[in-house]
Amino acid sequence: MHPVDLIALLPLLILAATSIVVMLTIALHRSHRLASLLTLIGLICAFASLWVARTLTPTEASPLLEVDSYAVFFLGLVIAATFVVVILAYDYLEKQPVNREEFYVLLLVASLGAGVLIVSAHFVSFFLGLELLSVALYALNAYVFTRALPVEAGIKYLVLAAGSAAFLLLGMALVYARVGTMEFSQIGGLVSGGGHLLKDPLMLAGLALIVTGVGFKLAVVPFHMWTPDVYEGAPAPVTAYVATVSKGAMFALLVRFFYVTGASSLGPVFLVFSVIAIASMLVGNLLALLQSNVKRILAYSSIAHLGYLLVAFLAAGRWAVEAVAFYLVAYFITTLGAFGVVTVLSNGERDADSLADYQGLFWRRPALAGIFALMLFSLAGIPLTAGFVGKFLLVRAGASSALWNLVVILVVTSVIGLFYYLRVIVALFASPETAAPSPAPSPAVSASGASTLVVLSALLVWLGVDPAFMLQVIERAISSLKLL
Amino acid sequence: MMLVWLIVILLAAGVVAWLGGRRSAAWARWVSLLAVLADLIWAVAFWLRHPAQAEILPQGHWLAQFNVAWVPQLGIRFHLAMDGLSLLMVVLTLFIGVMAVLCSWREIQTGVGFYHFNLMWILAGILGVFLAVDLFLFYFAWELMLVPMYFLIAIWGHERRVYAAIKFFIFTQLSGLLMLLAILALYFIHHRATGVYTFEYSALLGTPLSQRTALLLMLGFFVAFAVKLPMFPFHPWLPDAHTEAPTAGSLILAGLLLKTGAYGMIRFVIPLFPQAAHQFAPVAMTLAVVGILYGAVLAYGQRDFKRMVAYTSVSHLGFVLLGIFAWNTLALEGAVVGMIAHALSTGALFMLVGQLYERTHTRDLTRLGGLWSTAPVLSGVGMFFMLGSVGLPGLGDFVGEFLVLLGTYRLHPILTALATVGVLASTFYGVQMVQRAFHGPNVHQWKIADLKGRELLIMAPMIALLLWLGLYPLPVLKTFAPAWKGLERTTRSLTAAARR
Repeated sequence: MHPVDLIALLPLLILAATSIVVMLTIALHRSHRLASLLTLIGLICAFASLWVARTLTPTEASPLLEVDSYAVFFLGLVIAATFVVVILAYDYLEKQPVNREEFYVLLLVASLGAGVLIVSAHFVSFFLGLELLSVALYALNAYVFTRALPVEAGIKYLVLAAGSAAFLLLGMALVYARVGTMEFSQIGGLVSGGGHLLKDPLMLAGLALIVTGVGFKLAVVPFHMWTPDVYEGAPAPVTAYVATVSKGAMFALLVRFFYVTGASSLGPVFLVFSVIAIASMLVGNLLALLQSNVKRILAYSSIAHLGYLLVAFLAAGRWAVEAVAFYLVAYFITTLGAFGVVTVLSNGERDADSLADYQGLFWRRPALAGIFALMLFSLAGIPLTAGFVGKFLLVRAGASSALWNLVVILVVTSVIGLFYYLRVIVALFASPETAAPSPAPSPAVSASGASTLVVLSALLVWLGVDPAFMLQVIERAISSLKLL
Repeated sequence: MMLVWLIVILLAAGVVAWLGGRRSAAWARWVSLLAVLADLIWAVAFWLRHPAQAEILPQGHWLAQFNVAWVPQLGIRFHLAMDGLSLLMVVLTLFIGVMAVLCSWREIQTGVGFYHFNLMWILAGILGVFLAVDLFLFYFAWELMLVPMYFLIAIWGHERRVYAAIKFFIFTQLSGLLMLLAILALYFIHHRATGVYTFEYSALLGTPLSQRTALLLMLGFFVAFAVKLPMFPFHPWLPDAHTEAPTAGSLILAGLLLKTGAYGMIRFVIPLFPQAAHQFAPVAMTLAVVGILYGAVLAYGQRDFKRMVAYTSVSHLGFVLLGIFAWNTLALEGAVVGMIAHALSTGALFMLVGQLYERTHTRDLTRLGGLWSTAPVLSGVGMFFMLGSVGLPGLGDFVGEFLVLLGTYRLHPILTALATVGVLASTFYGVQMVQRAFHGPNVHQWKIADLKGRELLIMAPMIALLLWLGLYPLPVLKTFAPAWKGLERTTRSLTAAARR
């Protein structure tokens, strides 16, 4: 490894260093404010270092890690999302009767794991990043251990994530046994070179197991069982993190792995992903209709959204990657915004997740309700929001590859999706008389939390009205991806 | 540039009204009124300067336009343009917009700022629909008018407002997405043929399509517009939405949103897919006639005043659809006059129902009756608009229906005859309504205030315009003529090209 390669890895190194610094600081002096401030500074430095790293791209920092502009883009997304989660979590943790400072250490480690996933070009780094992310998330999910639900969520996640990791590991082993390499690009060369590999049962079994492991993290059907419970149980800022960073990083890897290896164009793999996409869109949207808990609604909606993303993923080609990247940006903003509202409305006893908490919110807290409605409209793909442009790009990607069946299902299921988004919106705008008799938690919102939400909304509308700039950034970023 | 300002003024007024409306309700009302009035004055002044182009504008030349790149990567342009047809629709939109602000003056007392925000944004969305000639922009505007309309119904509507609002939203959203698929398919096919990615209307005209594809894509557009229109059997959202919406909501729904459907048919469905539309015309016209009769019969059976007026819309818009698919000069002129006249007469009826409801707190026709003795002006105005609605000669609707029937007779005598039965049926519901509400003994002892001041101020221009349209529709026809010539020439040359 050349010293220059270390500079390319600067964002990851800064994340790692920050987590250590925060940990040591806690040992010396326990201060919530200090810990969060250090974390924020670390994140800002990591984000700034992306520009340094970008000048060196594309560089293979080691056989394991490849920092290209595609990775830099997603690293930026992950770091920015972590930043938002830290701000939201600060006020939330202030209300919780637990030690607060370690939260940030765990969060930084999780982001480091996500970052490793994004830059990984090798099974070893893939697994390393995944575990780094998962282990931190076990603890984060159960962070508010004084309540029962978070603990339940943590244990559930622990058991299932560990199980799926085992599947993934076995899958990697099988593929390795067949092709004799763990580097994505070499696997790609072998796959495209030798047609016989396509029919090899060992190879296919390995890929199927990898799909299982990846599918679990993405929470697509049929690997989605944990999602509603973990979403509901985990503290709201952690849910936001699981929904965005964990899934986004995994999707970035999914695209890289399957496009670089060319495995996504294999008949059986394509079929499996089509089935997963259709099932996710249908199950996610239909089951969301039955929920009355906002976090569970958002959980099922996220299952559906990952299904939409898979449609573009299957379309393959530059437009598909562009659509995926843009949609993930929109999805990050929207999800962070929606869970942000849930976070600021939550108090020390419970999270504001029952639909009744939002009854008539517009008449009590117009700004918060307006932001929440905006986020929901974006999830539903209504114009003026980034979600609309994102969905448009997905449909365009699907249509450009003539995946009409998938596109039509996408369209129809997103109409089904409207029902439950509208249910929440109806509750938000219900007339004040019908508001819940027991006053819902309605704590004061700090300036930092409020401004974060406002910035997220502004971004959402900006991307919805003028997506040209972001598309340009994405175009430049994905140019590094070697598509087969 | 002016076209953008028309829209921007409304959008800005909406925001200003919302922000200021939290402190003072009057502020929100005045800001909205002044903004729409300013737009209206500009539009009318523009109309007076361009009463009609003596010479036909060559293809692609508009009375006014605004064209800048929006998302160059996707070939999306922010392209607004106006020809005679859009001009008429814009003037209508802004006029109805002024009426909508005025008729909410006393009815709306909660959340006034947010209400006016929604009102302004709906109007802006509708203007966008009438002016957009980039298909992406068109779809954008099409969806944009949906959300504020949803809020208008869901927050300020009557008892079953949530149900009605969701039904409205789902119907239009689903059909809109089908249109989006059709737009995208057209976009790709055009790219395959020419190598250019564009959503530009004039470029997409004449995209070579196989017969089957053309029919499918045409249906994608058609369904979206047929739901808005609404055409039988896509109408079930309409009675609920109209009935549950607040007065201004019903006014805008009937007066403007339904017109966007008709406008879409004229502007997009037939010019983009002339052959497919020609093949499909008998089906569309039959459904139109079914709608005319069905709407009239159901209107006759209603007890709820507002629901009854809503069903008459199904009937009236049937005539418009019939005229559009006949696609000849007379029928199209009839359709356009019919659209405007329907906006005036039905819109006025909705306002009247609103005023009645404010006074009596009922819309049940069987609980009304004998109102003439206590409120003669209100009853007289009601009868006037009902006569307009049933197509009394001398009022606008008559001109529209007459021209449509004249234009379709040459093509489909039987359908035309059946549609004429619809005109007859309309007298039944019209006379019955006047009888039930205004005539007869005042058995329920109603004692209500008559129309005065602001209410008369709203009704007077509606009456005047409906009369003007009925007696002297020439200015409208003249403005429409060059636009129609352009559309007709496009479709004719495309059909000819396809034959060759």
